[in-house]
Amino acid sequence: MKKEDFMVFIVFFIFVGLLPLFIESNYALTIGIFSGINALVAIGLCILMGYAGQVSLGQAGFYGIGAYVSSILSVYYGFPVILGILSAMIVSAIAAVVLAVPALRLKGHYLAVATLGFGEIIYVILNEWGPGGPSGFGDIPHFNIAGYSIQTTKESFYFIWIIVAIVMLYSINLTKSNTGRILRAMHDSDTACEAIGINVPLLKIKVFILSALYASLAGSLYSHYVTFISPSSFSLFYSILILMMVIVGGSKNLWGAVAGAIVITVLPELLRKFQELDILVYGFILTLTLMFFRKGLVPIISEKIKNVRGYKFAKH
Amino acid sequence: MKKAGAVFVLIVLGLASVFLFLQNAEAKEPYKIGAVFAVTGPASFLGEPEKNTALMLQEQINKAGGINGHPLEIIIEDTKSDETQAVLSAKKLLENDKVLAIIGPSTTGESMALVPIMNNAKTPLISCAAGAPITMPVKERYWIFKTPQYDTSAVEAIYGYMKKQGISKVGIITISTGFGDAGRKALHDMAPKYGITITADEKYGPKDSDMTTQLTKIKASGARAVINWSVGPGQVIVTKNWSALKMGIPLYQSHGWGSKKNIELAGKAAEGVIAPLGRLVVWDKLPDKHPQKALLKKYTQDYEAKYKGEPGTFGGHAYDSIMMIVEALKKVGPDKKKIRDYIETKIKKWPGTGGIFNMSPEDHCGLDKTAFEMVVVKNGDWEILK
Amino acid sequence: MLTVFLQFLFSGLTIGAVYALVGIGFNIIYNSTSIINLAQGEFVVIGGLLMWFFSESLKLPFFAAVLCTLISSGLVGLLIERLTIKPLKNPDLLLMIMITISVSIVLRGVLMFLFGKEPYVYPPFTEGEPINIYGAIIQQQTLWVISITLFCIILLFLFFKRTITGKAMLACAVNPTAAKLAGVNVSKMVMLSFILSAIVGAIGGMTITPISLMEYDKGPMLSVKGFCAAIMGGLGSNRGAVIGGFIIGILESMTAGYVHSGLKDAVALVILLLILFFKPSGIFITKSMSQLRKF
Repeated sequence: MKKEDFMVFIVFFIFVGLLPLFIESNYALTIGIFSGINALVAIGLCILMGYAGQVSLGQAGFYGIGAYVSSILSVYYGFPVILGILSAMIVSAIAAVVLAVPALRLKGHYLAVATLGFGEIIYVILNEWGPGGPSGFGDIPHFNIAGYSIQTTKESFYFIWIIVAIVMLYSINLTKSNTGRILRAMHDSDTACEAIGINVPLLKIKVFILSALYASLAGSLYSHYVTFISPSSFSLFYSILILMMVIVGGSKNLWGAVAGAIVITVLPELLRKFQELDILVYGFILTLTLMFFRKGLVPIISEKIKNVRGYKFAKH
Repeated sequence: MKKAGAVFVLIVLGLASVFLFLQNAEAKEPYKIGAVFAVTGPASFLGEPEKNTALMLQEQINKAGGINGHPLEIIIEDTKSDETQAVLSAKKLLENDKVLAIIGPSTTGESMALVPIMNNAKTPLISCAAGAPITMPVKERYWIFKTPQYDTSAVEAIYGYMKKQGISKVGIITISTGFGDAGRKALHDMAPKYGITITADEKYGPKDSDMTTQLTKIKASGARAVINWSVGPGQVIVTKNWSALKMGIPLYQSHGWGSKKNIELAGKAAEGVIAPLGRLVVWDKLPDKHPQKALLKKYTQDYEAKYKGEPGTFGGHAYDSIMMIVEALKKVGPDKKKIRDYIETKIKKWPGTGGIFNMSPEDHCGLDKTAFEMVVVKNGDWEILK
Repeated sequence: MLTVFLQFLFSGLTIGAVYALVGIGFNIIYNSTSIINLAQGEFVVIGGLLMWFFSESLKLPFFAAVLCTLISSGLVGLLIERLTIKPLKNPDLLLMIMITISVSIVLRGVLMFLFGKEPYVYPPFTEGEPINIYGAIIQQQTLWVISITLFCIILLFLFFKRTITGKAMLACAVNPTAAKLAGVNVSKMVMLSFILSAIVGAIGGMTITPISLMEYDKGPMLSVKGFCAAIMGGLGSNRGAVIGGFIIGILESMTAGYVHSGLKDAVALVILLLILFFKPSGIFITKSMSQLRKF
């Protein structure tokens, strides 16, 4: 990891860590919790899209598998929560391989539809065979480890964001490593990569599995935080929402995924006072953001900061 | 000239201060209650009339002097029919607005997501959704109540009527959402008790455009009646398909059918459709001495005058929830625990739009199947079946 | 047995015709811009709701209402293109698709504001009893939907194959720079494609509303199904979109009839996935054709 990245990382997470000291409202912290959960899924999709150049409209499927498998195991089979979460991640990884092997041969819009189809199939399965069917099921245990249960909003906030930090650290290291460089080369040209002896399909599948693991983890965290789940939280609209987060934040930068997740999660809360018109205002803000911040928020803002710095240096 | 100006200013100031004084004297601290409704999203057919009802009641109550002089403030949040949003809405109401109680949410899933939050916050919630798990087991739902009738009550009303008609084989068709699923489960659970066999169990999506296939299958299964359990456009499409297929067996709908709008949309196809409806929809056909009639009449007429539409059964759920809390506030003041206790123990033989409520520590809903009348569509209007 | 089968088939045709029309709408814009316009479903909703507004609320005669609906939908298409697509030069395709999604959110907001959330319906084009074929019935409006769909396809086929404008539009997608060099006004063609696609969508909406009702938030489902139809047939091929639409519609209906109605969406999607895995560019697009396209 470069020094600069490390600084950004430290500053950001210290900032997040200090937030609960200044924010008394559990409501604001809850928004923070959901932002963190969404950020996990978005980081995975960001690596898949921004680095490996693959689109996925099926992240909600893995998110749903994560939520359902770990909840079912802990509610009906008495699994400890942590074991449930890990099992869910294994199931997601298997599903990712099954989907990725044939699907990653597809390109562009065709790949988008294939992943979309996967997500919808998972949704139908949850709706049809999930416990409680479309009504969902509740009384899912909170996350607990060694007999200590994480229940309060503040604890959950720290717990979720510590996980985000770990995932982020791993992901930054990955993208800055040799693999990251190969991925970016793959984003530009598969053929060139193959020519220098890289097993492109295998690498693509690996990245796809990674993004599925992140989504699955996020889904499990969601279900153990809210303690109630129903299939409607895992529909295509969630996949699109995540895609929106990555694009709004900037798909070429992992921080973009985090920023996008926060913006897209916080925005509807800020628009509550518009009541029913919020969908309209939301749509307009989204459209304008996409049109005027075309590279995404983070790249544009960081460019601005660099420009300001550059200006200062030039002056001296 | 100058003098006249000064006098004028004095008069204005004087009037303003009198006005302010009056206002101060009048305005005690408002009682804040929260409302979380699915105003938009797939369940907006529930949230919309609920929201309108809340706004209307707030206006009426405050015009009449509020609750013991305290104005009532209902803060409405939209859950977009989504559980995550419901959680956030409730947290906002509890933390930022410091509400005394919450009305809603509109759907069972959203209500279930709020159960742990309300128990932690020790704040009463009166849900506007029907699902039985919302208030059961009562011990773990200490702070939770609900006003809609149980789905099983509606099913029992249908099955009871079928038994009288000598129908024992039915095909059911339900929408694949929480609403339809709850109905489907109730239909299965109650069938043995009434000696009814379900010969076909079909489903459709909330945005499907044609259900001919499912109905054809039901017909082929030898069913003697069709029961459709849904809300929204689906129930109208089923009605139209049923009529076009000339199935020759009667169509029963759920209590979601209770809006004139449905008859309007389905046109002639709706003739003969039977449904268990709350008395709210057929208030004008009730005998005058019925305990619910006066209240239903006032509510429906006020609502229609204000919103140019019917409140339907679902608006009534919000009406009942709000009135219960208002009554509790009037009697015990702004104390969450006392409000809860009042609702649990003092709501007895309490006429609401959904029926006559009898709350108790064992039952946080307080309604049974007598809340429904079997109603048939005849000449574009409702008619109560005996 | 035959009766039941025929009934399932007719139901599938009814559902499939709409998917087909949405699929064609996707193709028109894709063929001149390579963009997938995910606001396509909203065009269908606009068609249905505006037709209700002109014919039931304003009480215009049938053909006047149709004309007004088509013109206003075309205007919506024009506005969208001028306000969101045109201002961006050399855009990233994925970004454009996201913009069409956010535009669809805005459209839904506007429709909800104007029409509220309840469903709308108006009488079928021709009143009368459904037609009986071997005991299976087919509604007259369904025949209208199917024949109007086929009519649209023939018109579009002639337009793209026989007119200079049509050929110019096709050229824009394959290679905009070359098209520009050959004297094609690319910007105008893109605009035209949005207008045309909005009109095709609106036609779909106008014809199905008497059968399926129309409400402000029906768009996303139609977009997804239409997108699948277009992909199944092969993006860019109108014939493919129509056949893809009917296949999906019939698959859904047959699954509901012979397997289980709760699984109908899943089975249709599994088949779609299988088709893609064996024929990665859809049924009617060959590999070499697809390689011409950048996305």
